[in-house]
Amino acid sequence: MVGELGTKVDRRNFLREGMAVTGGLVAVSAALSPLAKLDPEDLPTAEQFLQKHYKEMSPEELQAALSRIAKEVEQRYDVKPNVQDYKPLEGVEFVYALNLSRCIGCRKCVHACVAENNQSREPEIQYIRVLEMPRGTLDPEQGDHHYDRPKVPDADHFYMPVQCHQCSNPPCVKVCPVEATWQEKDGIVVIDYDWCIGCRYCEAACPYWARRFNFADPEIPADKLNPDMAYLSNRPRPKGVVEKCHFCLQRTRQGKMPACLEVCPTGSRKFGNVLDPESEVSQILKTKRIFVLKEEAGTLPRFFYYFDERYPRSEQERDEAKHGEAEA
Amino acid sequence: MKEYVRFVYRCFRISFVGNWQYHLWMLILTVISILGLNAWCKQFVAGLATTGMTDQVSWGLYIANFTFLVGMAAAAVMLVIPVYIYRNRELHDLVIFGEQLAIACIIMCLLFVTADLGQPLRFHHLLLRLNFPISMLSWDVIVLNVYLLLNMHICGYLIYCAYRKRSPSRWVYIPFVFIAIVWAISIHTVTAFLYVGLGARPFWNSAIIAPRFLASAFAAGPAFVIITLQVIARATGYHVPEKGLSLLRGIVTVALLIDMFLMGCEVFTEFYTDSAHVVSTDYLFFGYHGAHALVPWIWSAIVMNSTALLLLLSPFAPRANVMNVACVLLILGIWIEKGMGLIIPAFIPSPLGEVVEYRPTLNETLVCLGIWAFGLLLYTIFVRITVPVLVGQLTIDTPTAGDTLVSSQRR
Repeated sequence: MVGELGTKVDRRNFLREGMAVTGGLVAVSAALSPLAKLDPEDLPTAEQFLQKHYKEMSPEELQAALSRIAKEVEQRYDVKPNVQDYKPLEGVEFVYALNLSRCIGCRKCVHACVAENNQSREPEIQYIRVLEMPRGTLDPEQGDHHYDRPKVPDADHFYMPVQCHQCSNPPCVKVCPVEATWQEKDGIVVIDYDWCIGCRYCEAACPYWARRFNFADPEIPADKLNPDMAYLSNRPRPKGVVEKCHFCLQRTRQGKMPACLEVCPTGSRKFGNVLDPESEVSQILKTKRIFVLKEEAGTLPRFFYYFDERYPRSEQERDEAKHGEAEA
Repeated sequence: MKEYVRFVYRCFRISFVGNWQYHLWMLILTVISILGLNAWCKQFVAGLATTGMTDQVSWGLYIANFTFLVGMAAAAVMLVIPVYIYRNRELHDLVIFGEQLAIACIIMCLLFVTADLGQPLRFHHLLLRLNFPISMLSWDVIVLNVYLLLNMHICGYLIYCAYRKRSPSRWVYIPFVFIAIVWAISIHTVTAFLYVGLGARPFWNSAIIAPRFLASAFAAGPAFVIITLQVIARATGYHVPEKGLSLLRGIVTVALLIDMFLMGCEVFTEFYTDSAHVVSTDYLFFGYHGAHALVPWIWSAIVMNSTALLLLLSPFAPRANVMNVACVLLILGIWIEKGMGLIIPAFIPSPLGEVVEYRPTLNETLVCLGIWAFGLLLYTIFVRITVPVLVGQLTIDTPTAGDTLVSSQRR
């Protein structure tokens, strides 16, 4: 055997090289050993790997994707889901309005959203963050994210829930390198969970901190799974992709109200079609003193806040109570 | 073609030949690379929960290192300009070392970005539906890969010509050299624009970031080349012209001066204006609401950079030891400033005012170390091949003794 050096590769050299190669291979395979613990579900099947972008799928391909998702959900949760693809309705543009005078900070919306939209329970993912705000400011940076009171509302605070604002000029859509997120005709910004590569650029771009990333495999107890799901909204997500509020499009595109609105005990939440001048949201936009969060960001949100034209209720009640005491 | 295959094979062989220090160095790098691969496999299985990143601080060490390394790669141009624009022929061969550094750095960059992805197996989506020209990340994908190809072409061609003992045909590489000069500026500008364009992050939303990136890159990159050239000279006996080092030292000094000036401009604007947007800068330099994980980092970066600058401006700067200390200090200082100092604070506080600090985990640190070790491993191999080719010990007519000769010289 003649080596590169032109001399005979002697026995010792040969052995040494052999040992080095074997040692290297053993080390690399040991390094790769964590892959043995990989859940086979986490590896894409050929079908998943070849699936096209949502906008490029033909109706048949979309149908195939929906039944594949249904099959996967059934396998994992032993629940037969109803997986649909709801398209935006003609002549509809959704808008949300939230009455800060009424909101009491009970966080029922947060949990209704988690239940409706199949968010991961472990690690915990929530689309709505309620801020407890001190009087005298609308700056969210002054808010308390982790208030924990035996009883709400607190008389000296008001409450400001924040979720995806479905901006008309969404910075998150602009930055996505693979067009995995886009704005639909009815104004809802959606995500194709099968297309997202998980770079989290959109998360960095959102001024409302509305986006959440699946840092681990999302866990949902099978009995908590909402079987009514849609491709672009509440179907279970894989790990490593971004998700966020989508105005419950699996409900709202069928004429229902979002889950957060339905559960709200104070009627602070209003939702509807802004293109319909008779709708409640149109009336609110016309008659109330509305504002949007971080207007200077230029994002043109479809999520409006407003106050009733009176003091926050809790203060009024306190004054009335005092008044009553004084009279007595 | 057959000759080229043989060339590649001989390059492969020679990368395993060397003295015991070389073997030890390569062994250490290989072990760290393999540890990094192992850590990445764990991350691939369990998800990015193995990192210290959260929804609040959604980018961490990976993107920080990525940013720093884009700068190092861009800095190769600082060797190219004197040689090709000012026709400083003497330093011609040094360009090859600079461009090889660029290749290794870009490969590290691509690895860091891949490590940061939640769904790395969907990488092909970038090819199928690249959001160009709207997303700045799509620009980055393009400019980084093209820069990699440009440098691979230029270096590969020059080395192969030296191996074949042919003089390189100007038309085959000079146009690409000039494209690469512009391209080097573009990769770092585009990377800065990734951050600058985000209205949600006032800390980044500053036009000065791209120039600052370039200035710091043109300090850290050549500083790294200064150290490498001396290591090469010592390990291989390859003659590095003194002029090359002093030219690089001049570049480093000026670039560092500009970098520190720009940083001062930024700090002044933030603190003197004292608007609501100062919170992230405040957090970085002084801590905010009891959270101050980055404070020791940024101040040590400032101390290191200032010391380096003083050393470089002092009359002792030409001394090799002084210059080397300054280079190491400023490489570390700029690594902190552009990594920990530029990426992390933009996320603290979050856009809704929540203060969540970022602490890298062991696993994520191992992935970073692994990528660095792998990059250094590649660069060592490039240099290991280049030196004997350039000094004529490994050429087409040295079919036998070439490798032994070099290895005996590498004591």
